[in-house]
Amino acid sequence: MHELPVTEGILRIAIEHAEKAGARRITDIHLVIGDLAGFVDDSIQFYFDILTPGTLAEGAKLHFHRVATRLRCWECGHEFHPPERDWTCPACGAMGGEVRAGKEFYVESIEIE
Amino acid sequence: MTRRQIPVVERILSANDRIAANNRERLRGHGITTVNIMSSPGAGKTTLLLATIRALGEACKIGVIEGDVASQVDADKIAQAGVPVVQINTGGGCHLEASMVQQALNALPLEEIQLLFIENVGNLICPAGFDLGQDYNVALLSVPEGHDKPYKYPSMFEFVDLVLVTKTDVLPYMDFDLAEFRRLVHGLNPRAPVLPLSARTGEGMEAWLEWLEAAVRR
Repeated sequence: MHELPVTEGILRIAIEHAEKAGARRITDIHLVIGDLAGFVDDSIQFYFDILTPGTLAEGAKLHFHRVATRLRCWECGHEFHPPERDWTCPACGAMGGEVRAGKEFYVESIEIE
Repeated sequence: MTRRQIPVVERILSANDRIAANNRERLRGHGITTVNIMSSPGAGKTTLLLATIRALGEACKIGVIEGDVASQVDADKIAQAGVPVVQINTGGGCHLEASMVQQALNALPLEEIQLLFIENVGNLICPAGFDLGQDYNVALLSVPEGHDKPYKYPSMFEFVDLVLVTKTDVLPYMDFDLAEFRRLVHGLNPRAPVLPLSARTGEGMEAWLEWLEAAVRR
């Protein structure tokens, strides 16, 4: 459900920038999505295929660039990619850290003709 | 036709963020403190709000925006407590968005409200991604849900200002490990207090009310 308004957002941004550049059509859309952002690639693709016919983005290819979660240890500053169910720092054993990467959710670029 | 790459770098939720910023400005203009309440369905959001309205009484003028997929059930309960309330039905949507709150604000007597609660749609995932214009985010987790939830829903527990553990009156019958839950929440979010309470028995309510009073004064 969640991915429908999100996909509308992607489409709005892509078409806005394509129109500004005088594009005939959008061929590719590059998205950056952090693992913590909570969005499912297949679901975005599903809504994209429903929403795009008749728009500049019809037939465009979606590229998902995934960003893995990265924590910065509160105690020692070591940065690490935590496995799914363990947030302990591999360097000092402290619990958790500041989220430095993984919440990204933006349109990075589009390719147009 | 030549193919060109155009850099964009625009947050996908930027349209929502703009409306949320307008809501925030409007609410602060009225001197209203706004608290976004989030949890799974059935964690006790409405029960907590009713107990909070009873406890604060005349001390603080409260307003409520109720978010649900369907029905008016929660808004009716809040209205019976004598507090201005607006029900938003998302019609299948799994979270509130800033534009829905914008509409709801038009239907509330803002000049009569000091503290506005937005009860989000019951969901531990989606509401965390959508700014509404609130000052504070509060997550509830009820004891029967289990203490491992921060591992499963990290984005919710990572960004909130306060975590309430609700239904503590059933702790003796459950394997809920409060110390472990606290450790997991603080793993990603060391600044958020974790307050256990039971809206049913009243145990732990004072700490929540104190937090609210400090939030309204700020």
